[in-house]
Amino acid sequence: MELKTKINAEDGKHDIIITREFDLPLELLFRAFAEPELIEQWMGNKVLKFEAKKYGGWHFEKTDDKGNIVFDASGVIHEFSPNQKITRTFEMANTPFGVQLEVTAFEKLTDDTSRLNMHVIYETVEQRDEVLKLPFKQGINWAHNRLEEVVSKLR
Amino acid sequence: MNLRRDVFQAIADPTRRAILLLLASQSLTAGAIASNFDTARPTVSKHLQILTECELLKQEQSGREVHYHINAKNMKAIADFIEPFRQMWDDRFNKLQTLMKEFKSKK
Repeated sequence: MELKTKINAEDGKHDIIITREFDLPLELLFRAFAEPELIEQWMGNKVLKFEAKKYGGWHFEKTDDKGNIVFDASGVIHEFSPNQKITRTFEMANTPFGVQLEVTAFEKLTDDTSRLNMHVIYETVEQRDEVLKLPFKQGINWAHNRLEEVVSKLR
Repeated sequence: MNLRRDVFQAIADPTRRAILLLLASQSLTAGAIASNFDTARPTVSKHLQILTECELLKQEQSGREVHYHINAKNMKAIADFIEPFRQMWDDRFNKLQTLMKEFKSKK
């Protein structure tokens, strides 16, 4: 199946652009990014803090079955314009990847469809490339976890 | 381009992806690589052979041992590292869409 998400990461540049079209009205798409209960469900994280306003802070955390923290990210929101744009900084704790800047733009296509455009800017080309390689490992783990879930349901 | 298709086949397998990850930070002998996997040694050898044929790995003789290391040029040339990243976001966004569709119908 073809992926609906497009990633544009040019060689030697320190940013990426993630684009995706949704079969959702703009307002619903935006709510998925604006309400902690919804963020938790599709991101699979715990939302420890989410202040949806200028200078507001945010903090997400993900733990494994044993309660170990496997993902800890936080930052500051610089712009929060409903149905238009969220600009925030993003930093993963205990990693050497530095702080990245994320500009997420929301665009209405039709009454029932919308487009998301995330521009992620890293400090250096090297940091960007390292981050891109990251989910390589996690992706495999997640696939395994999902497999485990499916298998355990068969029992 | 034939090579490109081969490269995609090479990284389609999870064990081969894991081998590439393992070798990303160090070069290792076939035995050392195999010790990281539960898979039988000949299976790991087969994976190494495929990765070498696709020019993702290079062999280097040092004394009596052969070390495998990442062929950095080819790894960089292909944008395949982006593919799992894209897959991760696509999965998330699929979830988001399903979630919000349910959310909408509940209202």
